[in-house]
Amino acid sequence: MGGYGDVQMIDDNGIRVDGRTAGEIRPVSINAGIIPVADGSAEVIWGTNHVIAAVYGPMEAHPRKIQKQDRAVLDVRYNMAPFSTTDRIRPGFNRRSREISKVTAEALESVVLTELYPRSKIRVEIEVITAEAGTRCAGITAASVALADAGIPMTDMVISVASGKINGVVVCDLNKEEDNYGEADLPMGVCANSGELVFLQMDGDLSPEEFQIAWDYNMEAIAPVHEMMIDALKRSNGGDE
Amino acid sequence: MVGRLGVEDMSDQNARGGRDGRGTRLVTPGALLGASEGRRIGHGVVENEGQLIAVKLGALIENEDEVSILPSYTRYTPRPGDLIIGVVEAVQSNLWFLDINAPFNALLPMSLGPGKAEFGGARNVLNVGNTVLCRIQEVDETHSSVVTMKGLGLRRIDSGIVEEIPPHLMQSLFSDNNVLKSLKSSTDCRIILADNGRMWVDGDSNSMSNVISKLEQIRSMSRDFSSLDSMVEILQTEVH
Repeated sequence: MGGYGDVQMIDDNGIRVDGRTAGEIRPVSINAGIIPVADGSAEVIWGTNHVIAAVYGPMEAHPRKIQKQDRAVLDVRYNMAPFSTTDRIRPGFNRRSREISKVTAEALESVVLTELYPRSKIRVEIEVITAEAGTRCAGITAASVALADAGIPMTDMVISVASGKINGVVVCDLNKEEDNYGEADLPMGVCANSGELVFLQMDGDLSPEEFQIAWDYNMEAIAPVHEMMIDALKRSNGGDE
Repeated sequence: MVGRLGVEDMSDQNARGGRDGRGTRLVTPGALLGASEGRRIGHGVVENEGQLIAVKLGALIENEDEVSILPSYTRYTPRPGDLIIGVVEAVQSNLWFLDINAPFNALLPMSLGPGKAEFGGARNVLNVGNTVLCRIQEVDETHSSVVTMKGLGLRRIDSGIVEEIPPHLMQSLFSDNNVLKSLKSSTDCRIILADNGRMWVDGDSNSMSNVISKLEQIRSMSRDFSSLDSMVEILQTEVH
């Protein structure tokens, strides 16, 4: 069989170590408007992941060299708290957090109408409080809700989900053990209504058939998460249910 | 490619709508609002391939043939002619920079300032921290704005306090002049409501604290569309 040390993570009946089936995602809960001083904020609890996103702006872009004359820039900062994992993480930016900040900004720029705010900056802070696996996906989802909560014009909301391969079987939404000992990981960011793909990464190897299964799992997981995002925004803004 | 109709001016002042929060349909960015044919595109809505799409979180307003969104939250966007309250943030030899509660500071050139000053003496007329009542003179395409203090009633504010109201609520709460009149009469305060979500309040200390407590309540409910009626009630309630 597959990954490091041949750890058995899925049984013959297709049940994973945490009791889920192959296409099932972890329990998700989303809340909006949790930081009163921010223009917009959101909290995503995805399995054991706990991610908070806050949005400030649009505001004047500083330093001036980052200003774009025809549009706003999205200044995304993804950060994992030192206590978010069992091994303490050294505070501050590192290669991984810079990469995730960059891909998150690029995913969100696809939907935010940045041309409405020339020379401005929209600051998006993503803080991972507890990390299990799939924090970049939870971060993008939280940032998307926080941007909507901040009244930033967007053509759609981005939802991110990852699927991967464990013991030769493609499964949706990997947990920590599956992420650590699995064979592949395919995080995707998709626009909820249009279905457009705005973010895709792949770690490990997947055959074309496995890629298609992972793609389908991710696409299937989008709709229920989108419902939760809408529900969270409605709850925090006193809308109809 | 998404059409850009209806997004030229995303300032919340352009959003129309009643203040009745009951039965409001809240829409989120990306929500499909039906076919665009025969419908005018209002604030917070774009058109893409014959479909109307919401680009802001807010209440859907359908007035006759126009579809728009009353946003749940926006920042103030300056427009020429707006009466605003600004705070001096920086002073240069011949101009002042004002914080006007917008993404960008506004410029107040000495020629449009409150009085005569020698070149280099701007600080003697207005210093950092001073509050002024002024008007937006012009806004360019990059959202930089110039303000003027030449006009009736435009002046430095030396008394009272300045309170803040979420800019997205200005239209909903104060489109009816009676609300502001009731607030003035019920609290016995002099009040100037500026378009940038700031309110100047002057009166005796008890009266001012009444206004402050009312506005605190408004701010705490500011994100809840279903509370718009309650907010108006709070503003109009007589204080004993």
